[in-house]
Amino acid sequence: MFFFLFGLCCLAFGGVGALLVSSRRWSGILGAGGALVGCPIALIPVLEVLFRGEKLAFHHGWSVPYGSFFLKIDPLSAFFLLPILLLTAIAAIYAVGYLEKEEKQGSHWLFFNLLACSMAFVVVARNGILFLVAWEAMAIFSFFLVSFEDEKEEVRKASWIYLVATHLGTAFLLVFFLLLGQAAGSLDFDQIAAMSAHKTLPSLLAGTLFLLAIVGFGTKAGFMPLHVWLPEAHPAAPSHVSAVMSGVMIKTGIYGLLRMIPLLGKPEIWWAWLLIGIGLSSGILGVLFALAQHDLKRLLAYHSVENIGIITLGLGLGFLGVAVGSVPLTVLGFAGGLFHVLNHALFKGLLFFGAGSVLHATGTREMDRLGGLMKAMPWTGATFLIASVAICGLPPLNGFASEFILYVGAFKGVGSFGVLQSLPALAVLLGLALIGGLAMACFTKAFGVVFLGEARTEAAENVHEAGAFMKIAMVALSISCFLAAFLAIPIVKSLIPAIAEISSLPVETVAAQLPLATDPLLGLLLVTGILTLLFCGLWLLRKNLLSGRSVELAATWGCGYQRGSSRMQYSSSSFARPLTELFSPLLRTHDEITPVEGLFPKGARLKTHTPDLFQEIIYRPAFKAILWAIARLRWIQGGNLQLYILYIAATLLVLLIWKL
Amino acid sequence: MLLAPLLLGIINKTKAFYAGRTGQPLLQAYWDIGKLLGKGAVYSRSTTLLFRLSPSLILASMITALFLMPSGGLLSPLAFSGDLILFAYLLGLARFFTVTAALDTGSAFEGMGASREVLFSALAEPALFLSLAALAGLTHTYSLSAVYFGLNIEVWKTAFPALLLLVAALFVVFLAENSRIPVDDPNTHLELTMIHEVMVLDHSGPDFAFIQYAASLKLWLLGSMIVGILVPLRGAGFWLEEILFRLGMGLLAVLVGYVESSRARLFLPRVPKFIGSAAVLAALALLLVLR
Repeated sequence: MFFFLFGLCCLAFGGVGALLVSSRRWSGILGAGGALVGCPIALIPVLEVLFRGEKLAFHHGWSVPYGSFFLKIDPLSAFFLLPILLLTAIAAIYAVGYLEKEEKQGSHWLFFNLLACSMAFVVVARNGILFLVAWEAMAIFSFFLVSFEDEKEEVRKASWIYLVATHLGTAFLLVFFLLLGQAAGSLDFDQIAAMSAHKTLPSLLAGTLFLLAIVGFGTKAGFMPLHVWLPEAHPAAPSHVSAVMSGVMIKTGIYGLLRMIPLLGKPEIWWAWLLIGIGLSSGILGVLFALAQHDLKRLLAYHSVENIGIITLGLGLGFLGVAVGSVPLTVLGFAGGLFHVLNHALFKGLLFFGAGSVLHATGTREMDRLGGLMKAMPWTGATFLIASVAICGLPPLNGFASEFILYVGAFKGVGSFGVLQSLPALAVLLGLALIGGLAMACFTKAFGVVFLGEARTEAAENVHEAGAFMKIAMVALSISCFLAAFLAIPIVKSLIPAIAEISSLPVETVAAQLPLATDPLLGLLLVTGILTLLFCGLWLLRKNLLSGRSVELAATWGCGYQRGSSRMQYSSSSFARPLTELFSPLLRTHDEITPVEGLFPKGARLKTHTPDLFQEIIYRPAFKAILWAIARLRWIQGGNLQLYILYIAATLLVLLIWKL
Repeated sequence: MLLAPLLLGIINKTKAFYAGRTGQPLLQAYWDIGKLLGKGAVYSRSTTLLFRLSPSLILASMITALFLMPSGGLLSPLAFSGDLILFAYLLGLARFFTVTAALDTGSAFEGMGASREVLFSALAEPALFLSLAALAGLTHTYSLSAVYFGLNIEVWKTAFPALLLLVAALFVVFLAENSRIPVDDPNTHLELTMIHEVMVLDHSGPDFAFIQYAASLKLWLLGSMIVGILVPLRGAGFWLEEILFRLGMGLLAVLVGYVESSRARLFLPRVPKFIGSAAVLAALALLLVLR
């Protein structure tokens, strides 16, 4: 535990130091140095817990009522700490390159390092008050990071939306902890767990608490329809911040659910149904909206919603297993979901890094203005390709490994029990298949339009490759994507105690079912080996065949037309058009067309825009209604001092009478 | 499986028969591949290394998928629980690189083909997985080989409605995934109307040979799923099974040739409904299995 706290102190001091020194250079060294020293140190106990299965605890007195400064690293916390610390360290390396020319280094490093600390505190806090404090700190620090470029109006607007959304979520959590604390008589998680072990909560209360947790944690995680802040905040934040927020911060919502739901007693079957429903809506709608975007970072933000959906499908399967008493389903669902948490952190971090270096080089996030970047930016391009293959869930990378476990779980769930119980598993299966197909459409589009073909505008023509720091960070994450796939079996094995804790099953029972997940992974490793061998063999064969023969370069075949221009290429909107058209009832893409007119046409334009469905049909009308209601109360605010004193006196009087 | 390109020959011969032509020789696909392997290559100036790597990767993933697929009297050399998922995703990997290589050329036609390919395959994916789930549910196993060997005449006797629906669903997936009529016309002369063929326009020489061979392997792989269900003879001796399986594949190719000669290509916006019908059929089959 000492190492853990010491590591976090390094992070915090690095951040504070970066703020205090005046030179840009030193603040970068201090800030990034703090992260690079602190994270590995804090990782030592985390790995110890993960692979030895111990639990580390730390108690300290705290004078806050109902609060106690109680920290504990158990295997579940450790599994979430791993991506938090890893991605923070790599993002810090990236940030050094990304912020080279930036003036406000100090404040950035302060908030960045403190954000990492607060995330770590969220997953180790074992007291409701402490948890909420860390949760709130995390929201505030990330708000400051999102509003980093606050000279731009869109950034101010986006960070404001984020602040409102995250506080609405926290409000639900506040009620959740109040109710839970009242029922259990304490806010210490261990005592609540002890209480729920021998006394079941009334099912109405448990259900209400479950729904409150879903809304509260789901807002942070980005469950569709609570996701509206994601596509606003991620494009606005600096890219490494988007990487950390999307890669690990939103996962604290998933952590919260996994930590809290077992405290509510045995899950009921409708909880699993609801989770799977949320998983499907987030997954499928997330990828559909991603497909319709032409802002690269907005596309990635919607993809985080999709991946959260996949993770939630895993949780749903897991809780379904607990509810119906099927151990294989429990193990496969939770193992797949949790493993996907780690994997998503790796490849989504990498994708945001890639998007960041594209933005850095070209100054635009509009995919339709880019193109052909692979030639000038081979490192960024190759790493983005690796991440794209991983996020599409294609073998042999890590994205497939976790989705594979979920698929096996869904296959097991279909047909193991009656038709009605099979339906959720069937829904998971269908959802995963559809999400997989659409994600492929989405990432062939993103990668193809940005990096392949020819430059569409001048902005994409004279570009430079990312600097050394950014390259190191991107390569490190690419290697981790391969490693996570390669080490899938030990990683899944390290999840045994965490799964046992979530599902309140004995460790041995979980371990006995683990071959269900590891056998397919072993097969995957074998197939990866064969695939690699075959690929190398074929590549050599091709090389041999071509050596000594004529290999020419020519223009792309244009059906005989010789004067093709780069603007004739298929654009991101046209690539996605057949799909957006097919799903137009959901996507509601607007077109603004200035058609070709007359005998001597001047200019023609086509502009497409896909607004967020839920923002349009729920939030905008809801906020309008609230504004309207508040406006009715405006007469209370007279602006007259005497009137306000009267209010105070009246309130005091009422309270006095009430207490009598 | 060296026989795979023969399927193309049979399909083309059948089509020629219906059109009253002599048609190309049965072994034309082999001559094409052989000739291409002996040629040099021309690359577009727009392309990158990815374009050169992808044909080898596509063929490698198809051959790997072949390792997982049992056929005739042969068990697959690599069988493990869950390999049917990996099988579907290996086809996905090949598709990813076909599509990105097409986008690499920067040609509007290839972009158009790529866009349609991802649309149709995204819709075919749920149908394929529903069918796989139904097969797994029917035999209570999760590996292609085990499913294949679990499908015997006894299963046909008890679950023939579900199996017939599955064959229909898989046939639609087979046509869509292999870019045959009515989803895509491999023989058209207009780049605008093609899907698979237009994506590989710019490949040449050995690369194109790899792509052609990979395409014929895909035809073989998905075809052998259908034939595997339709010829439920297990344990009847290696040679008998082998011969019946081969015959089945040949008949399937004739059927494809017949469909191609007697049907026109569907209006593009209608294709999703056609593929969706496969998903519905597979879902019905699955419900029958679960009942």
